[in-house]
Amino acid sequence: MFGFLGPNGAGKTTTMRMIQCVSPVSGGSLDVLGMDVASRQREIKSQMGVVPQENNLDGDFTVYENLLVYSRYFDIPKDEAERRVEELLDFVHLQEKKDVMTESLSGGMKRRLVLARALINRPRLLILDEPTVGLDPQARHLIWEKLRSLKKQGVTIVLTSHYLDEVEKLCDRLVVMDNGKILVEGSPAGVIEEFIGSNIIEAENNPQLLECLRERDANYEIIGDMVHIYPDNAMELSEYLLMECSLTKISARPATLEDVFLKLTGRSLRE
Amino acid sequence: MKLVDHFRIPSVSSRSYKVWQRNKDVFMKDIKLNFLPPFLEPILYLIALGFGLGKFVESIDGVPYAKFIAPALIAVSVMYASFFECSYSSYVRMYYQKTFDAIIATPLTIEDVIAGELMWGATRSMINATVMIPVIALFGLIDMKYSLLIIPFAFLGGLLFAAIGMCFTAVTPNIMSINYPVLLFITPMFLFSGTFFPLSALPVPIQYFAIAFLPLTHIVNVIRLLSFGVLSTSILFDVAWVLVVTAILLVLSINLMKKRLVV
Repeated sequence: MFGFLGPNGAGKTTTMRMIQCVSPVSGGSLDVLGMDVASRQREIKSQMGVVPQENNLDGDFTVYENLLVYSRYFDIPKDEAERRVEELLDFVHLQEKKDVMTESLSGGMKRRLVLARALINRPRLLILDEPTVGLDPQARHLIWEKLRSLKKQGVTIVLTSHYLDEVEKLCDRLVVMDNGKILVEGSPAGVIEEFIGSNIIEAENNPQLLECLRERDANYEIIGDMVHIYPDNAMELSEYLLMECSLTKISARPATLEDVFLKLTGRSLRE
Repeated sequence: MKLVDHFRIPSVSSRSYKVWQRNKDVFMKDIKLNFLPPFLEPILYLIALGFGLGKFVESIDGVPYAKFIAPALIAVSVMYASFFECSYSSYVRMYYQKTFDAIIATPLTIEDVIAGELMWGATRSMINATVMIPVIALFGLIDMKYSLLIIPFAFLGGLLFAAIGMCFTAVTPNIMSINYPVLLFITPMFLFSGTFFPLSALPVPIQYFAIAFLPLTHIVNVIRLLSFGVLSTSILFDVAWVLVVTAILLVLSINLMKKRLVV
């Protein structure tokens, strides 16, 4: 499972659309499943499943019909398609909703149906553009569980997300990108270790603390009224800060991808 | 996109049939409602205009007024069915329902999708004509000799207006703006294409304008001759005009939609 991270406008969706053979590749070359996107898009698309950022279920059809009509675009024979639709409805727990029109589904159900639809052709490659955006925790966890089981079945999954905990949990490798360029590449743990270290100490910003930190030659960053300290040895440093600088409000926690993300792409708002 | 690119022949595969089939399935869900307009409209128009207004109208070239307008009603229905299918309805599928986006994630290309939409638009025109012919025949206003030829011709005419509708869909900034071509192009055609009075009643320059630029004129001519049971050579000119313009506009509409959707 591979993750693309980056702020809004970084080029994630554009990259996804190029992989899907929808947007033209303006420079260089792009191979998907060993095939060139410019010349073999039908073959590529027949082996790929897509969960787009925006739900684009067919509002003119029921849940069941959505899957069956979609299967026709892949030339799946009808009896085989019917079997797969039943399987997929079980897989995403929508069997009870099969005759419901899609507009009356909840957000989580729609997302699950989009996932089921992306699996109708048994893809080797699954593209997910922010698969859990706007979902409640239950629905997110269900989607994650399904993605893990697909991964186990050997499906390659490419994912973009703003939920960094999601990427950290699911992805084996990731890139962080901004302005169409890749900033880092690696495993979640590797990237965190490389850019932040394993732990972070958060403390309230005051001159005394900064004095202490300068004395210790520590690596830190001021964020509003907070200070993020990136220590080599968290235990030792926090002990020092507590004892020597008589600070009371500090907390040490494991570093996350979110820290890497903000460090690399800055804290200014993106549109 | 350069001008020549607008007229490059797009590569369309037989998979566009799947898009046609999708639209047909949606149509079949409301089949009763969808069959009502082509069944009811000719009855209403024939009673009001043909037999009501027609009482005060002299026969036109020896043809009673109701018989004169009956084929025009088919022609107008051919125009409306495919134009509206490929303008408002296609726009809704493209922009609001994102149906096209979902389909192009499968082995179908955008060219396939638009071709399927155009074929479906033409099919709606053909369905309308097919329903209307027996209704009008019940009034005794159609000569059955060549009348069944109207059905395939309705498909061709449907393709023409489907392509016109799709061109507007490709360039319209929003759904409300489709009202402009309806008001400035479709409605004048409804009135001034030899539908409810013969073209010859108009000033000569306008007659030429109608023949050159109002596609409905040719559709009305052909359907009227077929429904009168007359095969004259002038039909060839009308059919040729429709074939050429349809071919050009089909290509243009697919390329324009591609330009709109591939970003």
